[in-house]
Amino acid sequence: MAILDKHKILETNATLLLVFSFLVVTIGGLVQITPLFYLENTIEKVEGMRPYTPLEMAGRDIYIREGCYTCHSQMIRPMRDEVERYGHYSLAAESMYDHPHQWGSKRTGPDLARVGGRYSDQWQVDHLRNPQSVVPESVMPKYGFLEHRKLDGKYIGDTMAANALVGTPYTDEMLKQAQADFLAQADPDSDYDGLLERYGDKVNVRNFDGQAELTEMDALVAYLQMLGTLVDFSTFTPDASR
Amino acid sequence: MSKTPEKQPGDPNTTGHSWDGIEEFDNPMPRWWLWTFYATIFWAVIYTILYPAWPLVQSATAGVLGWSSRGLVQQEMVAFEEANAPWNARLVETSLEDIAKDAELQQYAVNSGGAVFRTWCAQCHGSGAQGAPGFPNLLDDAWLWGGTMEDIVYSVSYGIRNEESDDARYSEMPAFGEILEHDEITQVVQYVMSLSNAQTDDAAAQAGKVVFEDNCASCHGEDGTGDVFQGAPNLTDAIWLYGGSEEALTETVTYSRFGVMPNWDTRLTEAQIRAVSAYVHQLGGGQ
Repeated sequence: MAILDKHKILETNATLLLVFSFLVVTIGGLVQITPLFYLENTIEKVEGMRPYTPLEMAGRDIYIREGCYTCHSQMIRPMRDEVERYGHYSLAAESMYDHPHQWGSKRTGPDLARVGGRYSDQWQVDHLRNPQSVVPESVMPKYGFLEHRKLDGKYIGDTMAANALVGTPYTDEMLKQAQADFLAQADPDSDYDGLLERYGDKVNVRNFDGQAELTEMDALVAYLQMLGTLVDFSTFTPDASR
Repeated sequence: MSKTPEKQPGDPNTTGHSWDGIEEFDNPMPRWWLWTFYATIFWAVIYTILYPAWPLVQSATAGVLGWSSRGLVQQEMVAFEEANAPWNARLVETSLEDIAKDAELQQYAVNSGGAVFRTWCAQCHGSGAQGAPGFPNLLDDAWLWGGTMEDIVYSVSYGIRNEESDDARYSEMPAFGEILEHDEITQVVQYVMSLSNAQTDDAAAQAGKVVFEDNCASCHGEDGTGDVFQGAPNLTDAIWLYGGSEEALTETVTYSRFGVMPNWDTRLTEAQIRAVSAYVHQLGGGQ
């Protein structure tokens, strides 16, 4: 066959082989990735999703920094055993403000996609400080040092601006008030009306770790207590064809 | 330099490719391998017809089988729900006191309730319900908010001191560090320890009795046996949620404690709540 004979030209010219290999990989990539951008049912419409508050964003950064994703997934698969254990299966929309998403691929510990509200703040603090004190079977390392590392949220606005750059709909007001909102969420005695106005009434405003200073523990627990609680499932009808 | 091997009689033909004098035999693939390969290609085409595959303009092809992972999980959930429906209906209809009297129903309640417990409750209360510091042991007969079926169902449904449920059980011990003098706290701690016959400084304990009567008795009772209506623990039984050492008690009195339990009425069904309550009730301490 003539065309197969011509293959020898590619095999004997390294640069040409490189160009054509790249072409093949490009076509493969386009076929797999492009439809996700235009298919209307990739990310379904849900009610309740909002960008992370500054404090939750800081907690999320700590979650990533400590490598929580290496042992905990945030992706409840549509299988009965997972739904029974963790709650409603995860929706693409729930990760739409995650840059990058924290789906993970390994579960040494349980999935955390819907851990928000499941345990008390005190449990989260006790558990992070010494996991074996509440779950003796656990192999999780201790993260007690988080409650000694103070945060002031000075640069959280920059983190949010970076997220805004890649598509998270933070308004100018949100970016401007980032540090104020950051401090307000961990202090129930503060004036946090602005925070609720910008991020919704459902935002948890508490002293998450129970101590006076605002620490990384506050931020991480604020993040964990929000996980999976945003979507309003009472107004959600799953589209089975997805 | 090595010598180019000469072609032996009986060798297969070469492919005709020659690289720097190196040639390649043209051995055919084994027949079984080749046909398996063709079969997988054929199957791949069939597969994309049967199952969701090709992206089109609005959505991907759905596949003629109509299969979807969401549909499958929905089907399975419904199947199990239907299988358990008669039992769950019986569990919800039967009055709380009568569940244990119906041996068959009790067995269902305890087994399904045990599964609920291990999924949702074990992280705080322990996989054997033995509790942990700050999280009550459910095996003993000490109950902060009451240990009847009705009490347990209420606690599970609405939780304790959470912000989510308006019906959550609520009480708050003051932080006596802001109310009492340092000496008075030391004394009352000694007195509280004496209630459960711990080793104490008798003189301090005697002085602490007065402090106790003035500040603590209204909730914990004159005799310190507590009050389940306000979740005030019994202080005489040597069962301690946050520890009974002098140090732990001093911390409790000074800063108070504020244990929170989430409400489960929004996460579990009525039948599941009753089942897990029946499970906890029969662990040993149920009243």
